[in-house]
Amino acid sequence: MSLAIALAAVLAVAAAAGWLGYSRARGLRTAGGRLHSLPVYHGAYAALWAALPALLLLAVWAPVQSNLVDQAVLASPEGRALPTFAMQRDTILAEARGMASGGGEAGFNPESASLVPRFAEAQGRYSMVGGAVAILFALGAAGFALRRRSPQFRARTGVERWLMAVLIAASLIAVLTTLGIVLSLMFESLRFFKLVPPGDFLFGTQWSPQTAMRADQAGSSGAFGSVPLFWGTIFIGAIIAMIVAIPLGLMSAIYLTQYAHPRVRSWMKPILEILAGVPTVVYGYFAALTVAPVVRDLGISLGITSASSESALAAGLVMGIMIIPFISSMSDDSIAAVPQDMRDGSLAMGATKSETIRKVVLPAALPGVVGGVLLAVSRAIGETMIVVMAAGLAANLTANPFASVTTVTTQIVQLLTGDQEFDSAKTLAAFALGLALFLITLVLNLIALTVVRRYREAYE
Amino acid sequence: MNRAGSAKRAGGSDARLKRRYAAERRFRLAGLFAVGLSAAFLAFLLFTMAWKGLSGFTHFEAAVPVDFPRSDLILDPAALRGPDAQDVAAAADLESVVTQAASAAYGDEAAEMFGTAALRSLGRQLVADPELLSRRATLWLPVGSAIDVAAKQDSDAASERLVDRLESRDALRRTINTDFLMESDATDPSAVGIWGALKGSFLTIVVTILLAFPVGVLAAVYLEEFASRNRWTDAIEVSINNLAAVPSIIFGLLGLAVFLNFMHLPRSAPLVGGLTLALMTMPVIVIAGRNAIKSVPPSIRDAALGVGASKMQVVFHHVLPLALPGILTGTIIGMARALGETAPLLMIGMRAFIAAPPNGITEPSSVLPVQIFLWSDEVNRGFVEKTSAAIIVLLLFMLVMNGLAIYLRNRFERRW
Repeated sequence: MSLAIALAAVLAVAAAAGWLGYSRARGLRTAGGRLHSLPVYHGAYAALWAALPALLLLAVWAPVQSNLVDQAVLASPEGRALPTFAMQRDTILAEARGMASGGGEAGFNPESASLVPRFAEAQGRYSMVGGAVAILFALGAAGFALRRRSPQFRARTGVERWLMAVLIAASLIAVLTTLGIVLSLMFESLRFFKLVPPGDFLFGTQWSPQTAMRADQAGSSGAFGSVPLFWGTIFIGAIIAMIVAIPLGLMSAIYLTQYAHPRVRSWMKPILEILAGVPTVVYGYFAALTVAPVVRDLGISLGITSASSESALAAGLVMGIMIIPFISSMSDDSIAAVPQDMRDGSLAMGATKSETIRKVVLPAALPGVVGGVLLAVSRAIGETMIVVMAAGLAANLTANPFASVTTVTTQIVQLLTGDQEFDSAKTLAAFALGLALFLITLVLNLIALTVVRRYREAYE
Repeated sequence: MNRAGSAKRAGGSDARLKRRYAAERRFRLAGLFAVGLSAAFLAFLLFTMAWKGLSGFTHFEAAVPVDFPRSDLILDPAALRGPDAQDVAAAADLESVVTQAASAAYGDEAAEMFGTAALRSLGRQLVADPELLSRRATLWLPVGSAIDVAAKQDSDAASERLVDRLESRDALRRTINTDFLMESDATDPSAVGIWGALKGSFLTIVVTILLAFPVGVLAAVYLEEFASRNRWTDAIEVSINNLAAVPSIIFGLLGLAVFLNFMHLPRSAPLVGGLTLALMTMPVIVIAGRNAIKSVPPSIRDAALGVGASKMQVVFHHVLPLALPGILTGTIIGMARALGETAPLLMIGMRAFIAAPPNGITEPSSVLPVQIFLWSDEVNRGFVEKTSAAIIVLLLFMLVMNGLAIYLRNRFERRW
């Protein structure tokens, strides 16, 4: 853990530089100089110079180092003796790494013990290099900052320039996250598509990744046709859930904004918002434990003998309940944005309240409502826990709501929580599914956000 | 003729008016019905969880006479007074003592009536009073899962018979299950607790808040106060708005690919969980922060600029403190969502069986929602009430956090 020591050293250098800068500026002031910046800015200037570049260096170095260490260990004689099978090798490496960095327990694989000294040695070497460079960086930058001392020195401007850089860096993290998502999903998906042709994945109707369990048959025999998964996702999230959520959410919003007494509204709105705040794992448990048996009994009493206890209907119903507050608050906003003049005009013509709502308010609010529905669909198809707990695993291409269907998110969880062999088509398929899910929700979100924004601008 | 026509028309318009008013009433009722149904769903959900879960906070204890001197137990009372008394008690073969005592008191079919929880409780009682070892004593010990389920609801015939026998001898009582809040996961449902998961959740949320809050607030400040509108800031804005709506499981995939497979951070540790959830909550904080900053009136900025403050000083000395309640409200809501999040944590391996609470952010740990998910998968009936009880605890946390957010909003948010 030599990098942690380097981190502490850098912070200590920064604190010392800050204190030095501060006290020297105070000295200048007591000597009678009129300072451009307060002493505190002189101190902050030196501290920021000492800390930020060195910290940045450490942040970049840490992941680079862990990869360099791995390579060094693999290149050592003990490392070359390891089995070539990737998953086994990675497990041994991970074990040795854990033991080398202080986890005292003995490894499961005997090979890992022999790697520990190699790991310790490589880690010691590389963190020595990285830590020393970072500390030198901090000292050098502190020296540079402290060189500049005069009453006229514009320390505040310098500090603000640093702050600006920090602000820009913070706002770039969002872009980096998006980029990280796209790149990591793309990278793994490309590896997947080397094993499975994209055509088979996009248009195949057979999904049975489980047959590709053994490494020697990976990708060659498992079927990765994703059509049934996407059908299941749409069936549960975009059809059944929306049949529940759109009428209830929209009518709730209309009632609460147009009819309800303000006091009722001030009570009911937070109550509906609680529905949105309930964790999805709770909904999933509710769906699996309470709703699913009722739905299955209903199906059997209707004469559907194939009614499953993991029916699409149960998952869809509960997902619909979860989405109600979402649609309700989006519709609420768009209805509230319709100008009062339009409503007054219609009422003055003798229309009843409901006629005004149906013929004037709703058409005017429609773009906002549609945008809200699109966002709700995007959330419903990305929802994971409800379908993992209440929907099935069988990839059926059926429109029978009492039958069991599976969804994209269920399969991602299923594929990645089995035994982790990271190079098989089975695990990589999860990333391909993730990429597809990301792209679909991205398109839905972009359309919805544009629609909502346009609409908002139209009435402002 | 003319008059009759207008009367007829008037009659027609009366009927039409009636129809229109009826439609009005129907529409209004439909709205009321929608609101009522949504609220009823919520009530039903909460009621189901409370009904199934409240019994999870209690457990049954049975009285059993234990004759320590006559048992095969080899345990030095002096060791029980020492500093590692807990370990000594845990290492002793208490199981055979309990099994013998139970079958001696209630017949052979009662031999299995106690589980891990009873051993733990017996160990504790011995540590509290080592003198027990030298005499015969009647002890109250928590019963195993099968008997517990039978005592609370219907179960198999053998367990029910045993419960009847215990009750007829007045040897069964219901007490508060403090272990449920103090202990961690176990394979035996009568011995499980949520403390480990709660601690894991706490550590994860701390990591999340330390990362997401500063970055989110600074990004909001930049976008709202400094960024000029160009293609670059548009890209930032679009990606933030989109990230806020990206499915949470995608963040899990990102965490798996970047933090685990690329950076080699420890699996299923609160550090990785916190990092992943921080990426997920950051956009929420940015959006809330921008709205809060936007609502601070320009006159504040003008006044500060007028007395000679720099742009940075205006923002950090005046605008940000005024916007803070709004930002905090958004942050708490984002944290509540992160606290209830399950799917991304499953992706980064937080689904292992972990029987000890984590001592740091790099140790394997569980979190409350994942614990609920894992228990919900168990076949043993004893886990049903434990799952629901854990859900009650999670919902209480949600309620407190959301309540705090609403309180902050009402108390501190200023309308200008």
